[in-house]
Amino acid sequence: MNNSLILSTVTFLPLLGAAMISVIRSNDETAKNNARMAALFTTVFTFGASLVIWYNFDNSQAGFQMVEKYNWLGENFSYHMGVDGISMLFVILTTFIMPLSILASWNSVQDRVKEYMIAFLVLESLMIGVFCALDLVLFYLFFEAGLIPMFLIIGVWGGKRRVYSAFKFFLYTLLGSVLMLLAIMAMYGETGTTDITRLLTYRFSTTPIHFWGMTIDGGLQSVLWWAFFASFAVKMPMWPVHTWLPDAHVEAPTAGSVILAAILLKMGGYGFLRFSIPMFPVASESFAIIVFVLSCVAIIYTSLVALVQEDIKKLIAYSSVAHMGFVTMGIFTATAQGIQGGIFQMLSHGIVSAALFLCIGVVYDRMHTREIAAYGGLVNRMPLYAVFFMVFTMANVGLPGTSGFVGEFLSLTGTFRVNSWVAFFATTGVILSAAYALWLYRRVIFGKLEKASLKNIADLNTRELAILAPLVVLTVLLGIWPAPLIDVTTASVDQLLNNYKDAIKAAHDAGVLALR
Amino acid sequence: MNFYTLIVFLPLIGFLVAGLFGHIIGAKASEYLTSGLLLVSAFLSWIVFYQTGLSGHVSEPVIIEILHWLTSGNLNLSWSIRVDTLTSVMLVVVTTVSALVHVYSIGYMHHDPHKQRFFAYLSLFTFAMLMLVTANNFMQMFFGWEGVGLASYLLIGFWYQKPSANAAAIKAFVVNRVGDFGFALGIFAIFFIFGSMDFDTVFSAAKARQGQTMHFLSWDLDVLTVICLLLFMGAMGKSAQLLLHTWLPDAMEGPTPVSALIHAATMVTAGVFMVARLSPLFELAPTALWVVTFIGASTAFFAATVGVTQNDIKRVIAYSTCSQLGYMFAALGVGAYGAGIFHLFTHAFFKALLFLGSGSVIHAVSDEQDMRKMGGLAGKIPVTYAMMIIGTLALTGVGIPTLIGTAGFHSKDAIIEATFAAHSAVGNYAFWLLVVAAFLTSFYSWRLIFMTFHGTSRVEKEAAKHIHESPNVMLVPLYVLAVGAIIAGFVFSGYFIGHEPEHFWGSSLFYGSNNHILEAMHHVPLWVKLSPFIMMLSGFVFAWLFYIRFTGLPTLFARIFKPIYLFSYNKWYFDEIYDFIFVRPAFLLGRLFWKGGDGAVIDGLGPDGVSARVLDITKGAVRLQTGYVYHYAFVMLIGLAAIISWFMFGNVTGGIR
Repeated sequence: MNNSLILSTVTFLPLLGAAMISVIRSNDETAKNNARMAALFTTVFTFGASLVIWYNFDNSQAGFQMVEKYNWLGENFSYHMGVDGISMLFVILTTFIMPLSILASWNSVQDRVKEYMIAFLVLESLMIGVFCALDLVLFYLFFEAGLIPMFLIIGVWGGKRRVYSAFKFFLYTLLGSVLMLLAIMAMYGETGTTDITRLLTYRFSTTPIHFWGMTIDGGLQSVLWWAFFASFAVKMPMWPVHTWLPDAHVEAPTAGSVILAAILLKMGGYGFLRFSIPMFPVASESFAIIVFVLSCVAIIYTSLVALVQEDIKKLIAYSSVAHMGFVTMGIFTATAQGIQGGIFQMLSHGIVSAALFLCIGVVYDRMHTREIAAYGGLVNRMPLYAVFFMVFTMANVGLPGTSGFVGEFLSLTGTFRVNSWVAFFATTGVILSAAYALWLYRRVIFGKLEKASLKNIADLNTRELAILAPLVVLTVLLGIWPAPLIDVTTASVDQLLNNYKDAIKAAHDAGVLALR
Repeated sequence: MNFYTLIVFLPLIGFLVAGLFGHIIGAKASEYLTSGLLLVSAFLSWIVFYQTGLSGHVSEPVIIEILHWLTSGNLNLSWSIRVDTLTSVMLVVVTTVSALVHVYSIGYMHHDPHKQRFFAYLSLFTFAMLMLVTANNFMQMFFGWEGVGLASYLLIGFWYQKPSANAAAIKAFVVNRVGDFGFALGIFAIFFIFGSMDFDTVFSAAKARQGQTMHFLSWDLDVLTVICLLLFMGAMGKSAQLLLHTWLPDAMEGPTPVSALIHAATMVTAGVFMVARLSPLFELAPTALWVVTFIGASTAFFAATVGVTQNDIKRVIAYSTCSQLGYMFAALGVGAYGAGIFHLFTHAFFKALLFLGSGSVIHAVSDEQDMRKMGGLAGKIPVTYAMMIIGTLALTGVGIPTLIGTAGFHSKDAIIEATFAAHSAVGNYAFWLLVVAAFLTSFYSWRLIFMTFHGTSRVEKEAAKHIHESPNVMLVPLYVLAVGAIIAGFVFSGYFIGHEPEHFWGSSLFYGSNNHILEAMHHVPLWVKLSPFIMMLSGFVFAWLFYIRFTGLPTLFARIFKPIYLFSYNKWYFDEIYDFIFVRPAFLLGRLFWKGGDGAVIDGLGPDGVSARVLDITKGAVRLQTGYVYHYAFVMLIGLAAIISWFMFGNVTGGIR
């Protein structure tokens, strides 16, 4: 076991940066700039450190790597960290997006800069922690604590209806978390451990439970599945618990939206892969059809809703829900293509949705409105911006050659093998996404520049270019050459699937599960 | 680097340089660079065409792997280049027309301020199209497929200030996506059945799957039929076949060189290419072939009936394209793949010629496209006139029956003969519709010539002052295409549809053991061979009567047969019907789901009910106290965290105790 400290280092570096910023005392311009520089420096450095993780990562190993384990609260709870092929890339995604978010907030946030940067850095530590934690309690702490800085970012630096949105966001996610907490306690009660590596090999009972005259067919396993599902479904978000997302996005500052879309949403998908599928395979198998239905509804329903939005951010938010539908659908097919497609879709969406929100931020900073109707003909004054926005729009549409295609294509390939109806309905998403995305692009970018307020709008500046350029490169590069990322996940996904199949086979043999 | 890789990637280099550095190197350099690279690419393509096809050197396809794409489970995909005779035919068509269109555009786009962007898009299109035709697996084909769709979208909407151009661009992309929906499902089905997306693996395993069924949606259906029909849906979108054709006429909003390259000669033929490329699958799925012929023949007829009443010069040619693509599909459907591809080949020359020629006309009359505002141009732009005549002769298939003629004479007549030789119900259906369509083709083509070049001038005064012949940079590409339109038929018919198809085609087209159509089509009765000739002649005569001799006739006919005229003039009302059953309901549903579903039901029953109470309380507290809501939020959170911690760790200590 390679007991390096690299994961802890990467996880807590941002926290260190936050501590440094917190000692900045004065509140003048210099202090603000110092806070910005410190935050940028910290996040860039963290990103660099996280690349060490990737460099040391062995693609051929299925299990956890760079593991750290210390006793923490007695013998039963440990500080246990590690990454495998499923989690490692999410760490990289997080550290990659953070510096861009800090840069995006450079001028747009002028109020309480210090606190703002602290909130972001704390959030970064917690998010990285989520993807590295190998103990349920540790995971839960990171997972839930992440709510607080995000809640503050929306509630303090958000738009006009920020309080409403912040509470909605909070209530929804809290609802899910409470159930997950109960499930975690139940799992501890059942197994006497909260160690994820040990729980991964534990087979939770599927014997029916009789409870106050009711019978729960799937037994403890399905109860636990539902509890975790509630939490992750809200995070994803899946239909019909998605309505917090558009509101949260609309009110959040640009960087808040970026983090929300690029990383926080991925915790749901990650949770499904880390807990639902491996720990509750029989329940996952039997409830997959429900996930499929909800995913299809999400894809079609939210795409149609996106079509009629009047607010740019809301439109992109709804399209996020649709894209996450492909993720949940892919994951629960329990096929290599479905799961790897789901993972890739999350990574790609992390890049593309971040880029789209950053693009919206660019024009919002200039015009202070997100109304689609307030724009039109931007290409005349902002040709460079138009190009960038076009690339990301096409990635959002899932055009082959962009990263957006790979995940959709793989997850649909996997889905078709399991259920052609689901693939059929989900594939209509490719038509609808083209409709809403191009319709948005046309109204904002194309046409004559007629609005007086837009006559002097300026094209991208150097800072904005520096933010968007790496995202464009990645969007195209990953579309043409996705293998490097897919290969990272292969060994872990194979192992996940083998265990899953064994568990399903055992359940068949025991007569618990009817053949699908 | 070898020939094949160069052919495909030279246009990409042109795109990248003109697109990224166009503003630095300037418009002239971008034009010359992209055009130069395309000329090289075209030159190399002819060499490859000679090596693979003409020299009769029958060989297995050359496959060059370029980059591994990904491996997921048993799915393994790479970017690669596959070259066989079918590919080399497409290479020649694509690069030649593209090179000529590049050169032509130097003149045509002379006054446009965005020349770099235009040439970059043209080269991007060419690259995507080449990726499509050199694909060795379904994923790469889909990449090229959607890539040309992107280029088409960008070029239709090239003049982005025009609302109609923007609308047409979106329509083209979305309608194509409807087709791609089927294409994508077809690919998924292929992987499901064959466990691979590589052509060779799928083709060699296809025979064993013949007659097997698969569970698709809720039914058990024939495997290959399902797959082929799904894939064909993609072809219908890209090649603008009936039901998915509505985007093509609107696509004429783009600059005319674009119409010639993308919406006549190359991209729209991708569907035809696809069916031919997948002949090892289609050949084993007779029901799918039946549908291909049925849709093709119906489209050929439908589009021709619409073409006769349109007044926009480009739209007439667009419907003509739609109709000619229908011919190609009809041929493929009866198993005459060689004939279908032959028509694709010749059609590229004369249709590009007609489009570029009409571009020259439009250029001459100050961007007017309405033929009612033309007339009498023959004397003023004689070279363009001559070129348009050549294009029309080739399209209508002028020639000496059973002997020799223009390009269309050889390829189109071959298709009509093939449908007859099929001796099947759908073959007969196709035969009769295609014969009627041949009449209509001739009629609308000559109508176009007469309305544009003959009679009295109806050109508006201001435009009439500026009528001028196009510069040589525009005319020379026309000459080249004109040569192709005249000779491509008799020079190449021996290769494409000769008596020894495998000599030319190698293994690139697959003919089942029962497929004798190529032989049978040479032995049809004389009256069948004569019928397209007669139709062509009578089309000409009628057009002459209507538009030269008795110019009052068209109006009279329109008045007497008003419902029929309106039906044709309004394109069988497809746009209106689609708007009514798809577009409006989509927006309506979106609004319903948004306001009703998300707003009233989900939020109303869920968080709003709860959070409204919470907000009431906090707001009240805020007013009493400091007014900083987030202080309270923060306090609340800390309290919550405390409760959770107590709950959890309290339990922990309990557990340990």
